Amino acid sequence: METRNLTCINCPMGCALTIEMEGNEVVSISGNTCPRGEAYGRKEVTNPTRIVTSTVRVTGGAADMVSVKTKQDIPKEKIFDCVKALRDVEVQAPVHVGDVIVSDVAGTGVDIVATRNVGIYRFDPA
Amino acid sequence: MKDYDIVIIGGGPAGLAAAVSARQSGIESILILERDKELGGILNQCIHNGFGLHTFKEELTGPEYADRFIRQVEELKIAYKLNTMVMEIGQDKTVTAMNREDGLFVIRAEAVILAMGCRERPRGALNIPGYRPAGIYSAGTAQRLVNMEGYMPGREVVILGSGDIGLIMARRMTLEGAKVKVVAELMPYSGGLKRNIVQCLDDYGIPLKLSHTVVDIKGKERVEGVTLARVDEKNKPIPGTEEYYDCDTLLLSVGLIPENELSRGMGVAINPVTSGPSVNESLETNLDGVFACGNVLHVHDLVDYVSEEAAAAGRNAAAYVKAAYDDAGREGRQTQDTGPADKAAEQDLPNAEKADASQAVPLIATSGVRYTVPSTIRVSHMDERLTVRFRVGGVYKNCFVSVYFDDERVVHRKKQVFAPGEMEEVRLTKEQFLQYPDLAAVTFRIEEE
Repeated sequence: METRNLTCINCPMGCALTIEMEGNEVVSISGNTCPRGEAYGRKEVTNPTRIVTSTVRVTGGAADMVSVKTKQDIPKEKIFDCVKALRDVEVQAPVHVGDVIVSDVAGTGVDIVATRNVGIYRFDPA
Repeated sequence: MKDYDIVIIGGGPAGLAAAVSARQSGIESILILERDKELGGILNQCIHNGFGLHTFKEELTGPEYADRFIRQVEELKIAYKLNTMVMEIGQDKTVTAMNREDGLFVIRAEAVILAMGCRERPRGALNIPGYRPAGIYSAGTAQRLVNMEGYMPGREVVILGSGDIGLIMARRMTLEGAKVKVVAELMPYSGGLKRNIVQCLDDYGIPLKLSHTVVDIKGKERVEGVTLARVDEKNKPIPGTEEYYDCDTLLLSVGLIPENELSRGMGVAINPVTSGPSVNESLETNLDGVFACGNVLHVHDLVDYVSEEAAAAGRNAAAYVKAAYDDAGREGRQTQDTGPADKAAEQDLPNAEKADASQAVPLIATSGVRYTVPSTIRVSHMDERLTVRFRVGGVYKNCFVSVYFDDERVVHRKKQVFAPGEMEEVRLTKEQFLQYPDLAAVTFRIEEE
């Protein structure tokens, strides 16, 4: 029996999880205060994933950058591939929260979506 | 006649939540003044996720969290002015502000909600020797440059301070191709949330050196490197422990300070521990009808708590406005029973004592508890439930937070870890207070058993 101690990263409470493992099988999880904690613990010791957030450039927008995220969590080892895939992406304003910016990023099957609105640039003499 | 019932200074998370809640409490005439070109405040540059689990029961990024509130403000047709800088607020709640469209203008408000947020502690406050080369940024400035302007501040980075923004930026700079060599923290514990140590440092193999500080910055035009050293219990660098790191950038994440220039200018009493206003149970300052919420009141770790606190400030300001109109209605029919001389004598008393001296109970923070918000409670003005927020001064493991009503312990709650980086809360009920009619003080402390 192997014991692993993790900090749950689902929310800022950061619950201290204790996970009992038998080989690759999870025997028990304790220390979590919500069901998300148990799900996180199970996943973290078998198939760790993360939501990735970044930014991409906008042309013709009221802002130069638009913030984006993976719509679901992706495998941890795909994080750098994901960010790399976004490096040269440029989108045209307007952009709305939830717009798909890149579909199936880095072969993960997960879309990159915008997390803010960027309106069209308007010349403002002020 | 006032121009607006409630004027809110700042359109960040606190200002937005206060506005929505004041409107939902029945106040029509509300104005938000925001100095940036858009609403949302600092959330717009906090592109990472983890916001909103308490408020919306889902995990949002900062801009998405802000968008939820901005949409409510738009739907409720709450007025706001962007690109508008408030210059001064008078004790009579006249707000002097300026922008390019209206020039300089004065607004009279029945109630004011202070929601200006906070600023980062700058290098000048740290006494690090060395030149003043380019390449030294506060973590939040770097965050704005990377996430909003699209610039990378540097390639090889050392971070001083383990506040949450520094940890978040360690990851962000790494993802954008920089090499973050080390995060140094003066204290023997991190100032940030545990989850950020895990997912921002551990995930990327970035070392965190506790009890370390920067003792020298090399470089005259541009940062060329920094020297770290271990510190002793008195935070003095220990000779012989110096380590040199080549780098072109030093990020500082060394604390946030509530931005209270306007509050001080109008005569709001400031709590020296929080650097924010001292407030009563209604989040009202010593000035009648002037409320405070969010990071201008005390620095929060979670925006969800800011929204909750700001919603309370909005409700309370709404109640204040309604009471003021009721009073005005009565005064129109009756002669005033308070003469001008009495009014003047009352002026210097904090508002908590003014309303009902016998019922303003002070909250005392001691034995590990650094402060409480609020710092006084008028039982007569309390809601059924009141959330008291506080922070601890050190790391306490397997200890209890205790609340004493005079000598009697009424709350005793165990927690695995209390840490200075995390805000704590205790909920008290009006019923508890009603059982102690002669209560002199409520004391908050951390106890081993």
